[in-house]
Amino acid sequence: MIDRAPILDACCHAILVVGAVLTCIPIWYAFVAGSLTVEQVNQVPMPAWPGGEFLANAAAVSRRIDLWRLLLNSAIVAIGISVGKLAVSLLSAFAITYFRFRFRGLAFWLIFTSLMLPVEVRIVPTFEAMTDVLMPLRLAVEWLGIGALTEALSGWRLEITANWSLLNTYSGLIFPVMASATATFLFRQFFLTVPDELCDAARIDGAGPLRFLRSILLPLSLPNLAALGIIFFLVGWNQYLWPLLFTTEAEMQTIVVGIKQLIPHGDSLPAWNLTMNAAVLALLPPVLVVLVLQRWFVKGLIESGK
Amino acid sequence: MSEAVTLSGPARGRLAPFRRQTRRVASRAGVKASGFEGQLLPLLLLAPQLLILLLFFFIPAVRVLVQAFTLQDPFGQDIIFVGLENIQALLRSAEYHASAWASVVFTLASTVLTLVVGLVLAFATDRVVRLRGGYRTVLLVPYAIAPAIAGILWAFLFNPVVGPAAFLLHALGIPWNPTRVGNHAMVLVVLAASWKHVCYNYIFLLAALAAVPRTVMEAAAVDGASPLRRFFAIQLPMITPTIFFLVVMNVVHGLFETFAIIDATTRGGPAAATSILVYKVYVDGFVNLDLGGSAAQSLLLMVFAMILTFIQFRAIDRRVSYDLGQ
Repeated sequence: MIDRAPILDACCHAILVVGAVLTCIPIWYAFVAGSLTVEQVNQVPMPAWPGGEFLANAAAVSRRIDLWRLLLNSAIVAIGISVGKLAVSLLSAFAITYFRFRFRGLAFWLIFTSLMLPVEVRIVPTFEAMTDVLMPLRLAVEWLGIGALTEALSGWRLEITANWSLLNTYSGLIFPVMASATATFLFRQFFLTVPDELCDAARIDGAGPLRFLRSILLPLSLPNLAALGIIFFLVGWNQYLWPLLFTTEAEMQTIVVGIKQLIPHGDSLPAWNLTMNAAVLALLPPVLVVLVLQRWFVKGLIESGK
Repeated sequence: MSEAVTLSGPARGRLAPFRRQTRRVASRAGVKASGFEGQLLPLLLLAPQLLILLLFFFIPAVRVLVQAFTLQDPFGQDIIFVGLENIQALLRSAEYHASAWASVVFTLASTVLTLVVGLVLAFATDRVVRLRGGYRTVLLVPYAIAPAIAGILWAFLFNPVVGPAAFLLHALGIPWNPTRVGNHAMVLVVLAASWKHVCYNYIFLLAALAAVPRTVMEAAAVDGASPLRRFFAIQLPMITPTIFFLVVMNVVHGLFETFAIIDATTRGGPAAATSILVYKVYVDGFVNLDLGGSAAQSLLLMVFAMILTFIQFRAIDRRVSYDLGQ
């Protein structure tokens, strides 16, 4: 603060209090509704103070949908995506910044281009790719005439008949989402700021590239890994379209997608208390992560621009 | 080249720097001057990322191109090349116009709303001393909440039968009903999306405001400029790169990342009033199984995405440096 302006400061506090209240109202009402009975939640107006049914509602929710399984799915998928994105992009960035190799420019350009292809714009063919992962391989065999060639040479008919589908698997929910142009760029930017002398010194000491990566680059990257890891955990927990498209079985859904089944549609007495109860349970883990690890989270957010 | 295949070796590690001295000067941008030799290892390191991109990004994108120019029956056998017909049909269809218009309204409204609210909150937070960290913590919470969950929270709050906010509106004499009135539904999704996205704008603007040099602000204060005058004459011009960045990011968010909010809040309804482009592409391709039409929409969206990505990179380049260490 540079000068005193008591009236302005009071206004600022008032604005911030209003902002904070507006931020909290939807969450508060979700918590309140989640702790009421179905009759109470359908009163007009709804009580503004929580009732005592939160745990009973949670039990009711877990009878309607497989609540704990879905929460577990969300945790597995979020942690998997977070760790996977970091690993995949750390390796890519290392290759792109520390090696001069023939296809460097092409690889860089390919990773860059993927930013222009969000899943929203390629829904249908991505679904086909997910249900039949080996399709490109089969087409390649067909087009390149490898099948005909082996048949002519050895008399055996080479056919790829395996049907490998990623629908309703953790692999399908995690692996295709692991590519990350953003993270690759961030690690690249970071590696470019690492002093060259460290690499020189490591090589004089006889370290190969993988040893250098493990013993020097990785420890140096830990703050960035932590910050980005939190952001990607949130992205993974909160994603919606991907698990919605690629899970058809209820028990493989994530909690964020599973809640959709609880939204009332023309019931006699809509059970909003259960919907809101599940919503609170689904938003609690990421909110706790943000509250507890706020400093890292803000760092990751500002750096990644996610 | 034979040693390129060996992953590591002490002799190679020791010799490489001396051999590479001459090339070091002429290092290209983006590569370390001091690096490692090898052709195979970098490709192996890149393999996971490139394989994922190939299987789930590039091949599907090529198939979008193919589908956009062909007509295919839903059972997948007959494929006829139809050229630009899919795209022409799309551009003629009134539904697509309505959807594009809904996207424009939604994106503009949420961009302006989040930016203005974020700016006011960031200014206020920058101004106050007491409780600053507390305010920031509370205002950041929506970032952690999934868009779909945010959509459900707002759908409940404004539900015409049970929602507390709808009750308030009814008490004020407003016949609020987002399940029947298209404009009400649009207001609802804009509010939900903005509530979720304000914190993003807020944290960037807060960082930008904190990065405005204190000396300049103090000099202006000595010259008698009031806090508001200083804001409009100094801080606002100095944070324009951040504002530009946020406008681009908000447009990207509004156009591409709001599927979940729409699906959870209104499901594109009523009568497709909130069926924005990314929602329509999902419904047409996945629910109505109109592959050609959906692919044509995907193609147009992809062109949008490309243009926005280029602008986005320029925006990121121009971003000012931040220091949040307060």
